Amino acid sequence: MIFLINKHTFFKSLSCLMFGLILFSHTLRAEDIVEVKSAEGVKAWLVEDHSNPIISIKFAFSGGSSVDPEGKEGLANFVAATIDEGSGDLDSQNFQGRLNDLSISLSFDAGREFFSGELVTLKRNHAEALRLLNQALTAPRFDQEPVERIRSQISLSLSRRIDDPSYKIQKMFRNLYYPTHVYGRPNDGTVESVAALTVTDLQSYLKDNIALDNLTVSVVGDVNPDELRPMLNRAFQGLRSKAKPFRITGAKPKVSGGVVIIKEVIPQSEVLLVQPGISRDDPDYYAAILVNQILGGGSFSSRLYQEIREKEGLAYSVGSYFSLLDQAPLLMASVATQNDRVSDSLRIMREQWRLMAEEGPTEQEFADAKTYLTGSFPLSFTSTGRVANILLAMQLNDLGINYLHNRNSYIEAVTLDDARRVAKELYNVEALTVIIAGDPVGVEEVEPIPN
Amino acid sequence: MYFFKILISFRNGSVFAALFTLLGILPVRAEVFNPDVFTLDNGMQVVVIPNHRAPIVSQMVWYRVGAADESLGESGNAHFLEHLMFQGTEKFKSGEFSSLVAKNGGQENAFTSWDYTAYHQTVARDRLEMVMELEADRMTGLILDDKAVLPEREVVREERRSRVGNSPGAQLGEVMRATQFLNHPYRIPIIGWDHEIEALNTETALKFYRKWYAPNNAVLIITGDVTTEEVKPLAQKYYGVIPAKDVPERIRVSEPPQLAARRVVKKSKLINSPSLTVRYLAPSYRTAGDNTPYALQVLDEIIGSGPTSRLYKKLAVAEKTAASVGSSYSPTAYDLSTFTLYISPSPGVNIEIAEKRLREELVDILKTGVSEEEVTKAKTRMADAAVFARDSLSAAPNIIGRALMTGRTVDDIEAWPDRIAAVTAEDVNKVMQTIFNDNQSVTGLLLPEETE
Repeated sequence: MIFLINKHTFFKSLSCLMFGLILFSHTLRAEDIVEVKSAEGVKAWLVEDHSNPIISIKFAFSGGSSVDPEGKEGLANFVAATIDEGSGDLDSQNFQGRLNDLSISLSFDAGREFFSGELVTLKRNHAEALRLLNQALTAPRFDQEPVERIRSQISLSLSRRIDDPSYKIQKMFRNLYYPTHVYGRPNDGTVESVAALTVTDLQSYLKDNIALDNLTVSVVGDVNPDELRPMLNRAFQGLRSKAKPFRITGAKPKVSGGVVIIKEVIPQSEVLLVQPGISRDDPDYYAAILVNQILGGGSFSSRLYQEIREKEGLAYSVGSYFSLLDQAPLLMASVATQNDRVSDSLRIMREQWRLMAEEGPTEQEFADAKTYLTGSFPLSFTSTGRVANILLAMQLNDLGINYLHNRNSYIEAVTLDDARRVAKELYNVEALTVIIAGDPVGVEEVEPIPN
Repeated sequence: MYFFKILISFRNGSVFAALFTLLGILPVRAEVFNPDVFTLDNGMQVVVIPNHRAPIVSQMVWYRVGAADESLGESGNAHFLEHLMFQGTEKFKSGEFSSLVAKNGGQENAFTSWDYTAYHQTVARDRLEMVMELEADRMTGLILDDKAVLPEREVVREERRSRVGNSPGAQLGEVMRATQFLNHPYRIPIIGWDHEIEALNTETALKFYRKWYAPNNAVLIITGDVTTEEVKPLAQKYYGVIPAKDVPERIRVSEPPQLAARRVVKKSKLINSPSLTVRYLAPSYRTAGDNTPYALQVLDEIIGSGPTSRLYKKLAVAEKTAASVGSSYSPTAYDLSTFTLYISPSPGVNIEIAEKRLREELVDILKTGVSEEEVTKAKTRMADAAVFARDSLSAAPNIIGRALMTGRTVDDIEAWPDRIAAVTAEDVNKVMQTIFNDNQSVTGLLLPEETE
C-alpha cells in the first residue's frame, strides 16, 4: 500500500521518512550514560529520560544464527519467533493477551551475530513487563499449537521469497562469496531445515546461547540507577551463568569480480555490486566512511546520486554502503534501472569506482562530508528505542562509554591524504562482483574468479 | 509471534510513523503537543511545537494540494513537481539547496499523497534560519528548464518501475484503487500512470506550481528547540513577505452510489502463495461529520489488530486457516477512505476456503457484536498508544500536518483521546452494520500464475 511517495527513499526506513529529533537533554552526551550493575552482576548502560513515563530495554546475546547447528539452519530465528508464545503458567493466547492488555511491546529477533530482544513498557506496568520478559527467557513453554502455527508461518514466508528477485540476488551473492561459511547460509533457514526443527532443538538453543556471560543490555527512559538495579535482576534472573563458547572464523570471499545475471521477466533490473570492505575496528574505518559518503552515501549530493540520477535520470535509487559483519566486512552498492539502460548505469558506477580509487575526493567534497557526518550525528537519536539501540551497538562494538563524546573527533582527525590513500586501497573496480536480476540489454556475463 | 510482530511493534514510538500512517490512529492529547498556532498576514498558518530537550529543529512546509487535485490526463504531476522542487531558484542555483542542507549536517526529504505535499528538513537549532530561507525561497522562486526536468521525469519513471513495475502486489493495489473509486480521483495512483508521466513536462509542472503553491495554501510547522517568540519574526521575515494569491478551491468529483461488488485478480510468476484483501468504502473524519470514524478505529483494534484480535484468534490460532489475518482503517483523508480486511491462508489451505471462512467470521462478528469489555480494553490500549506517541518527536508535526491538510483542526487532534474514550460498544455495533456493504467493496486476489 503506497500512501506516500518520497523524493528520496534510498536506505531510508519508514521511520526516517519522518524526521529525527532528539529526545533528551543537550544531545546525548557521554556523561549522560551511566553503567549500572545489579547486585547479581547484570550490567546495563542507562540514559535517563523522564520526559515520558516510558522505559525501553534492549538486550543481545551473542551467537545469533551463526551458531545454528549444521542442518538446523533457522533455529535462532525460530526461537525468536516462539519464545514469546507462552511461558510459565500462561499459554500463548494468555501471554500475548497479557502483553496486549498492558500495552507492553516485547519482541525478539535473531541476526547473524546476535539473538536480541526489546521491551518497551509504560512505567506503571514495568513490574509485569519484566516478569513476562523473564518468564519468556527462562521458562518458555513451546507448546505444540504455537510452535506448529509459527512453523507454518515461517515456511510460508520462506517459500514466498524464493521467487522474489531481490532475494535471489542476496542468495546468489551468499552462495558465491561464502559457499561453505556460516555466513553463506540463509539467516532464517530453509523450508526443509525449519520443517525438521524440534522443541528439543529450541530448548537446546536457549541452553547453549542464552546466558549472563554473553548478555549485553541498554536501558533508556523513565528510570534511575537505583530503580534499575533490581529491575535488571528481575528481568534476567535464573539465566545460566555461562553460554557455550563458540568461534566464528574469518570469512574470506571465495570469488572476486564477475558479472552474474539472474534472468527475470521484470521491467527494471535490480543490481548489486559487492567487493571486500573494511572492519569496524580498522584504524582507517573513519576515513573509509568519509570516502563512501562522498561516493555513494545517504545525502543527495553523492557522486553516484549526481551522476546516475540527477544527470542521466537512470535510477530512482542508487548508492553505496558498508556491511559490517564482524568476520566479513563488505563494500556494496546497488542500483535499479530499466533493462535497456542497465549497461549505462553499470558503466558509470564502474567509472566512479575507478575515479575514486585513482584520484580520491576533492578538498571541497572532503570538507563537506566531514561537516555532514559530524553535524548529522545527533539527528539519529529520535526516540528512547533508537537511543537504546545506539547504546547497545556501542557496547557490542567495544566503542567505549565515551564514544559519543569522541566520535566526531575521530572524523575530524582524518586528513585528506588519509582519505585518498584509503580510497586507493579500498575501491577496487576489478574486485567488484556484479549480480543482476532482470533482463538487462547489452550486459555480458563474466565468470567470477576464484580467490 | 511472527507475522504480527510488525503490527505490534507499531506500539513502539520509534516506528510510530507507521502507526498513524497505516492505522490512522492519532493518539494525541492537548497536553502532549501543546502547539502554538498563529497566522501570518498573508494567510500562511504557522504551528510551533517547542521542545527544549535537544538543540535540534525540524521544519515542515505542507501544501494543501496533492495527486487528487491534478488536471485530467496529468496524473503524477503533483509528485513530479515535488521532485522538481529540488531544482534551483534565482538565489540558490540547481543542487545548492540539497548541498547546503547536507553541508550543514542536515537531513531533508519530501513526500506526496493524494491530499497533500510536504517538504521537511532537520538541522541543528542554529541552522533553522538557513532552512527557512531556503524553503521560503522555493515557494515562489522555482526555475525549471527542460535540461533539468527531462532527466528527472526518467527518474520518476524508474521510481514507478521500482514500486509498481517490479511488484505484482503493487499492481494489484493500483487496480483495486482504480476499481474502488468509480469516479473520485483517489482512483489514480499518486505516482501517475506511466503513459501520463511520460507526457508531463516543464509546463505542466510550472502550471501546477503557480496554481497551488502559495503561502495562503501552506502550513509551516516548526518543532524542536525553539520558542514561538523566536519563530515569529523568522516566519514573518521569510514567509510573511510572500504575497498571497488566489488559490482555487479543492473541488473533486464525487463518488456515485456504488451498487455492485467488484473483484480483481492478479496472477504472477513472482508470486507463489496466494493472499486476499477486501476493501470497503468508509468515511474519513471529514466526510463522516460524526463519531463514526472513532467507532471504526475501535472496531479495527478489536477485530483485526494483533495476535489476540478476533480474526487472528479464530482463523489463525483456533482453526489454522490463516497464516496471517487482520484489518486496517485510516480516517485521515480529505474525501472517502476504506476499511480493509486481509488474509493469507496457511500453507496447504486453499484460498477459496480462506476467503469463505473470513466472510463467515465477518457475518459472525456482525451477529454477535463486540462486548463492553472488548471495547474497554481496546480503548485502554489506544489511550496508551497516545503516550507512546510522545516518545517519537516526529509524531507531532506529522499528525498535525496531515490533519490540517485534510480539513481538520488542531483542536480535533487534541480531542482524539476524549472522542475515543466516548465510544461505546453500542456505537461500534451500530457502525459495523453499515460499513461492510458488499456493493461498496472490492476484493483483490494475488495468485501464483499457475493457480486457476
